Amino acid sequence: MVEMVSTSPPPRDEGETRRDFLLIATSAVAAVGAGLAAWPFIDSMNPAADTLALASTGVDLGPIQVGQRVTVVWRGKPVFIDHRPEKDIAAAEKVDLAQLVDPEPDSARAQKPEWLVVVGVCTHLGCIPLGQKTGEARGPFGGWFCPCHGSAYDTSGRIRQGPAPKNLVVPPYEFTADTIIKIG
Amino acid sequence: MEAPTWKNPVIRWIDDRLPLFTMMQHDLVDYPTPKNLNYWWNFGSLAGIVLVIMIATGVFLAMQYTPHVDHAFESVERIMRDVNYGWLMRYLHMNGASMFFIVVFIHMFRGLYYGSYKSPREVLWILGVFILLAMMATAFMGYVLPWGQMSFWGATVITNLFSAIPFVGESIVTWLWGGFSVDNATLNRFFALHYLLPFIIFALVFLHLVALHTSKSNNPLGIDVKSPQDTIPFTPYYTVKDMFGLGVFMIVYLGFVFFSPNFFGEPDNYIKANPMVTPAHIVPEWYFLPFYAILRAITFDIGIPFTGIVILDAKLLGVIAMFGSIIVLLFLPWLDRSPVRSARFRPVYKQFFWIFLIDCLILGYVGANPPEGYFVILGQLATAYYFAHFLIIMPLLGWLERPRALPSSISAAVTPAGVGIPARGAAE
Repeated sequence: MVEMVSTSPPPRDEGETRRDFLLIATSAVAAVGAGLAAWPFIDSMNPAADTLALASTGVDLGPIQVGQRVTVVWRGKPVFIDHRPEKDIAAAEKVDLAQLVDPEPDSARAQKPEWLVVVGVCTHLGCIPLGQKTGEARGPFGGWFCPCHGSAYDTSGRIRQGPAPKNLVVPPYEFTADTIIKIG
Repeated sequence: MEAPTWKNPVIRWIDDRLPLFTMMQHDLVDYPTPKNLNYWWNFGSLAGIVLVIMIATGVFLAMQYTPHVDHAFESVERIMRDVNYGWLMRYLHMNGASMFFIVVFIHMFRGLYYGSYKSPREVLWILGVFILLAMMATAFMGYVLPWGQMSFWGATVITNLFSAIPFVGESIVTWLWGGFSVDNATLNRFFALHYLLPFIIFALVFLHLVALHTSKSNNPLGIDVKSPQDTIPFTPYYTVKDMFGLGVFMIVYLGFVFFSPNFFGEPDNYIKANPMVTPAHIVPEWYFLPFYAILRAITFDIGIPFTGIVILDAKLLGVIAMFGSIIVLLFLPWLDRSPVRSARFRPVYKQFFWIFLIDCLILGYVGANPPEGYFVILGQLATAYYFAHFLIIMPLLGWLERPRALPSSISAAVTPAGVGIPARGAAE
C-alpha cells in the first residue's frame, strides 16, 4: 500500500493560533470592504438630487374661498387644503379629546384655524379619501370619507370611525407670507 | 472523490437533498489544480469577477435609465449628476466593459500560447468563443444605450452590415431596426437584449466551468497531470493567488474609474444623437478595432474573371471576413495538428505566436485610423496574415515542427529525477 503524501495543510492544533488570527483579520477586513463597496449601490436607490430638489411645494392660498377645498401635489402625494368656515372650526374645537382614537387638539393641527393642511392619504392602507370635491361623500363627521374601507375623518382630519389608526398627517409647512405656504 | 460529511445538521439536511455544499467543496475547495500554474492563469477568474461587477452595476443603472430616444441621453446625464453615486455606477460599468475585454483577450492568448484548446479541452474552448461572441453583442448594444453620437452612428454602421446579405439584406436590416432607421424601437430592443445577454453569458460561463472541471485545467507545461503529486487543492492555494491577482487588477481598474474615467471613451458620445449629422471620424470601441480593420480590409469584389460578373461584392466579403475571424477560432482545435500543447516545447510555433499577437495589434492600430493611404495596404496584409496563421501556418507547423522533449511529469520538471516528493512514491 502506497502511503500518499498529503498536500493539504496539516491538521489544526494549538500551534496554529497565528494562522487563525490572520484568517480572521483578513476576513474582517474583507467584510468591511464588501460593506463599503455595497453602500454606493444601496445609496443609488435613495432619492436623487433632482427628486430632493422637488421636495417642497409652495401654495398661494389667496384665491381659495371660504368653504373651498383644494388639492395640491407634494412629493407625489395629494395634500388637502381646506379653507374652513367658522362652523367647521367650531365643530373641530369642541370635540372631547377622550373620545378620539388618536387624540390631538385642533389647535395642534392647524397653524391658523381657518386653514387646515393635511396629507390626503388614508392612514389605513393609503387610499385617497373622498370629500375634496363638492358633492362627494364627506362621511358622518363632515371631514373626509375613505371609500376603500370606510374610515371617516372629521373637519380637523382626525380619524373618528373605521379601521384607520391615525389622523390624517399634517405635513411640515410654514406661512412665508399671510396667504402663502411652503409645504416641506 | 467521496462526498464530504457535513457536521452542521442543517447543511447536511440540505446537502442530502441538493448537493450544493458538496459541489462547492469539490469545485471550489478540493478541485485538484496543477501546481505549476503561473499568473496568466489568473485571468479566467478575473473575467468571472468582472462579469459579476458588470451585472451588479448594470442592474442598478437600469433602475435609473430610460430607454427612449427623447430621454435616454438625459437619463444618463441624470445618473451622472443627480443619482447618488450614479457617476460611480456608470464609470464602473463603462470601464468594466474595457477591462472585461482586456482580461478576456489575455485569457484567450494564454490559451493560444499554452495550447489550452487542444484535446480534451475542445468544447471548453468552443464555449469560450461563444462567450466572446455574446460579449461582443452585449458590448455593442450597451454602447448604443447612452444615445450619444457614437452610439447612434455605431448602431447605424453595424446594423447596416447585415444589408450585405444577398437578396434579403435590406429586409433584415429593417427588421433589426423595427423601422427605417435606428430609432426608438431599436433603442428599446437593444436595451432589452443588453439586459438579457449577460445572463446568457453567465450560463455559458457556468458551462465553461463544468467543461473545465471535467477536462481539468491545462498548465504551462501543457502535459497531463500524472499523479496527485502534480496537483494542489484549489483552496487555499489558488483562491489566495486569485485574490492577490484581483487586488492588482482592481488597482488598475479603479485607477481608470477614479482618475481617467473617459480614457477609453469617445468625446463625441457626450453629444446627443443626431440622425441628421454624422461625426467626421467614426471609430468603434477599442476592443472592436481589430475586427473593424478586417471588415474594412476587403475593398475588392470577387467575380468571374473577364466577364464583369460579381459573385461576392466587397461589402459582403468584408462582413464574411469579420465574422470569419471569430468563427475560425471554433476550428482551431482541429487546425492545429501538433500533439504538443505548450509553446514552451514548440520553438517554431512560439515565434509565430508572437508574430500573430503583433499582427492583432497592427489590426487594432489600422482599425483606429481612417481607411486611406498605406493603412489600406497594411490592413489587407494584416488581415491576410490573420487568416494565414490559422488556416496555413497552424496546420503546417503540426507537420514540420520538431517539438522539444516533454518532461515526464509536472513534478519531474522542477525536481531532478530521483530526488524529492515523487521519489517516495516511486520507491515503493
